[in-house]
Amino acid sequence: MEIFYFARIREDIGHSSETVNLPENISIVNGLIEYLCERGENYQTAFKNDAAIRVAVNQTYVNFDHPVQDGDEVAFFPPMTGG
Amino acid sequence: MKVLVQDQDFDIAAEINELCGGRTDIGAIVTFTGLVRDFHGDNKIRQMTLEHFPGMAEKQLEAICKTASERWPLQGGTVIHRYGPLDPGNQIVLVITLSAHREAAFEAAEFIMDWLKTDAPFWKKEQTAEGTHWVEAKTEDDQRKDRWKI
Repeated sequence: MEIFYFARIREDIGHSSETVNLPENISIVNGLIEYLCERGENYQTAFKNDAAIRVAVNQTYVNFDHPVQDGDEVAFFPPMTGG
Repeated sequence: MKVLVQDQDFDIAAEINELCGGRTDIGAIVTFTGLVRDFHGDNKIRQMTLEHFPGMAEKQLEAICKTASERWPLQGGTVIHRYGPLDPGNQIVLVITLSAHREAAFEAAEFIMDWLKTDAPFWKKEQTAEGTHWVEAKTEDDQRKDRWKI
């Protein structure tokens, strides 16, 4: 699974993308976030406030209970501020 | 509608000409241009950097334009959003809508901007004398989007 990070979340984590082998027991976005947070304080900082996180799976916005599977492209970013 | 996500500047007159040149069926052209302000509250802005999600940014802008085209009788349009470092006074975003009558062009341009603010994956970072910070999303922007009730 390819994971991309943007803006504040990218800066908190320290890199813009990574490849993750998804453990079999993880089936939704929330589980993926918990799994990533085990990797270190930088991830815990990035994901500490649910209200400040948006997620897209295969470039479609989804909720935290959306299914994830190996092969998906998942992106985490803050609420958008373009325009 | 034409959608572009680019780091280069854009020329509003050239974009209008590309859409309308030679056509006589268009009754109204509405354009909106968003610029980099040199202030945010009491802070003086020295520079702004726009980050985007390549691929998804284009996809979201195209989806917003498609929704607008289904809701209003548009005769064409263009959306251009820039990314990268920008200085105060620089152009950030352009929306052009064409229709036979002004109401559709006005409303569609406002709709596209309201949706773009909250749904297109772009993020602004401001550089001030005190340092750099990411711009916070505004709840008013969500409210402006929600009033279109889609």
